[in-house]
Amino acid sequence: MSNLKGHNRDLAERAYRVRRNAVLMGEVQGQGYIAQALDIADVLTVAYFHAMNYRPEDPEWEGRDRFLLSNGHYAIALYAALIEAGIIPADELESYGSDDSRLPMSGMASYTPGMEMSGGSLGVGMSIAVGMALGLKRKHSSSRVYILFSDGELDEGAVWEAFMSAAHYKLDNLIAIVDVNNQQADGPSTQVMAFEPLVQKLEAFGWFVQRIDGNDLDAVVGAFDAAKDSHEAKPRIIIADTLMGKGVPFLEAREKNHFIRVDPHEWQLALAALEEGRQS
Amino acid sequence: MTKPVPKQALSSASSSTAAKPRLTTSAMIASIASEGQRTQAAPFGTALVELAKTRPDIIGMTADLGKYTDLHLFGQAYPDRYYQMGMAEQLLFGAASGLAAEGFVPFATTYAVFATRRAYDFIHQTIAEEDRNVKIVCALPGLTSGYGPSHQAAEDLALMRAMPNMTVIDPCDACEIGQVVPAMAAHQGPVYMRLLRGQVPLVLDEYHYTFELGKAKVIRGGRDVLFISTGLMTMRALEAAKQLENDKIDVAVLHVPTIKPLDTETILREAQKTGRMVVVAENHTIVGGLGEAVARHLMLNGVAATFRHIGLPDAFLAAGALPTLHDRYGISTQALVDQIKKWQD
Repeated sequence: MSNLKGHNRDLAERAYRVRRNAVLMGEVQGQGYIAQALDIADVLTVAYFHAMNYRPEDPEWEGRDRFLLSNGHYAIALYAALIEAGIIPADELESYGSDDSRLPMSGMASYTPGMEMSGGSLGVGMSIAVGMALGLKRKHSSSRVYILFSDGELDEGAVWEAFMSAAHYKLDNLIAIVDVNNQQADGPSTQVMAFEPLVQKLEAFGWFVQRIDGNDLDAVVGAFDAAKDSHEAKPRIIIADTLMGKGVPFLEAREKNHFIRVDPHEWQLALAALEEGRQS
Repeated sequence: MTKPVPKQALSSASSSTAAKPRLTTSAMIASIASEGQRTQAAPFGTALVELAKTRPDIIGMTADLGKYTDLHLFGQAYPDRYYQMGMAEQLLFGAASGLAAEGFVPFATTYAVFATRRAYDFIHQTIAEEDRNVKIVCALPGLTSGYGPSHQAAEDLALMRAMPNMTVIDPCDACEIGQVVPAMAAHQGPVYMRLLRGQVPLVLDEYHYTFELGKAKVIRGGRDVLFISTGLMTMRALEAAKQLENDKIDVAVLHVPTIKPLDTETILREAQKTGRMVVVAENHTIVGGLGEAVARHLMLNGVAATFRHIGLPDAFLAAGALPTLHDRYGISTQALVDQIKKWQD
C-alpha cells in the first residue's frame, strides 16, 4: 500500500478504521460475518469517503446518494463505515446485535440511520434499486443509487429481472457493486451455482461493466470514478473480486469463513494484524 | 361436490356407445355479472385516471397485465407516469417499494395469484416491513377465473391479512371500487385491493352506499339471518335476500369491504342482536379469511350466535365456466338461497 497517492493513503487509513470497527463489533458477539466485513471494507471506504454525497448530520437529506445494502448480513460492515462516516455514533458499536440495539445483525431500514432498505431476504435489493433510480429520474435528481450485493445473490432469479429492467430503463444513475468473494452459506459460490462468465453476461444484459480487485484501493477508486464519469446510457456495475478476511491473515486462511466463530484471545490478534497492515 | 369430474369418468363416457353428454358452458365465460345486470366499465382505471389529475405523485406500474387490470387507461392518460415492468412480479413490487421510498405513490397491478403467491416475500420485505406507501391492486381474486388453480387466488385474503402493516380491501362492485381508489390513495401505508375488472356489476348505488376505509356497513336489515359478507359475495347476499323474501325469510346484509383492519365493533354489535343466524359469506377459501376472523372475535367476546360459513372448499378448484363453478362451490346466488332455506328449516 506504500505506493498509494495522498488521497488514497487517507482512504487506506479510513479502510483500516472501518475494519477495526467491524472487528470490535464482531468481538461483542464473538462470531459473525467478520470475513465479509473485512473483504468489503475497501469498497465501502471508497463509496463513503470518495464517491458519495451525504450529510452525516442529516442521513435523510434529499440530495444524498442512496446506498442500498441488499446482503443484509453485511450490516456489520456497513455499520463500521457509517460509524467512520459519523452517521452512527461510535459508542453504539458495543451494542451490535444486542437486544434493543439500533444495530441488528441483519440490516433493517427502520432501525438504523443511513440504512436505506431492509436486506436479509437475499435478492430483493436490486429491484428496490431499480425503483429508486426510476424515482430519482422522475424527480430530475442528480443523486445516484449505489447498491451492494453478493455473488450468492446471483442465484436469485429476481436479480436478473432487475438487471433486465435497469438496462431497459437506461438507469445510468444506478451503480451496483457485486462482492465476488466466492463464498456463500453452502460453500464456494462458483460451485454452489456457476455464474461465470459474469462480465460477458452482464454486458449482454446491457450494463456498463468493470471487473476489479476489490481490495486494491487504487482500482476501486478508478472503478467508482469511471462508473460516475461514463456517459453511456446504461446502468453500471462493478464486479469486485475480494478476499474473505482481508487484512487478518489467520482469517484469510480459514477455509470455511462464511460465518465464523473467533476465540476470545483471537480478537486481539485480529486487531494487531490490522495494526500491522496499517504500519506497513 | 367439491371435486372436478375425474378423468376416468370422462374417458369411459367418450368410449362408450352412449351419446356424448352435451357440453353446457364455456370456460371463457369469465364475467361475474349476471345476465341483464347493470354494469360499469373499468371502474378502477377510470377512478385512478380521475384521481391522478390532482395527485401528480400517483404512478401506475404493472407486470404485463395492464390491459387485464384496467390500468391501461391510466397508461393512455399518463404515459410518462406508467411503468411496464415486464412479466416479473417480484421486480414489480420491489421497484414499487423503491419508487415509494422516493415519495411516489405507486399503484402496482397484476393478478392476485402472482402478487400474493409468487411475490409474497417481496411484498412482505420491501413493502410491508418497510411500511412503504404502495397500493397493490389485483385482478382475479378468489374464484373469478375459470382457468384453474394457476389463476384462482382462493387464499389471497389469508395471505395478505397475515402480513403486518397491510390494509386489505375486498370491494363489492363498481360503485364501491370508484370510492375505494381515492380512499386507498389518501391512506398512508401499503394497501392490498381485490380488483373486479372489465364490465363490473353496479349494485350498491341503489342502496346509497358510502365506502369508508375500515368500516363495515349494514346494507339492509332483517330479523332471521345476518349475512356478514365481503367482496362480490355482498352482491350475491343482497340478491339472495330479495329471493328469500318469497320464503318469508328476512335477511340482513352487513358488508365488510375492509378485511383488515376489521370493524369488529360493528360486527359484534350486529352479531349480538338476538334471534339471527350469522352467516359469513366470502369469495375465498374457508381457511384464513373473513369467516375465521369473525368467528375469532365472536368467541373472544362471548357472542354465542348460531354461526355458519359459506366459502370455497379447502381444495384445488376446477377449471370451467364461472357460473358452473360458483354453483358447484356454493357461492352463486341460487346456492346461497338453497343453503339458507336448508339452514332455516
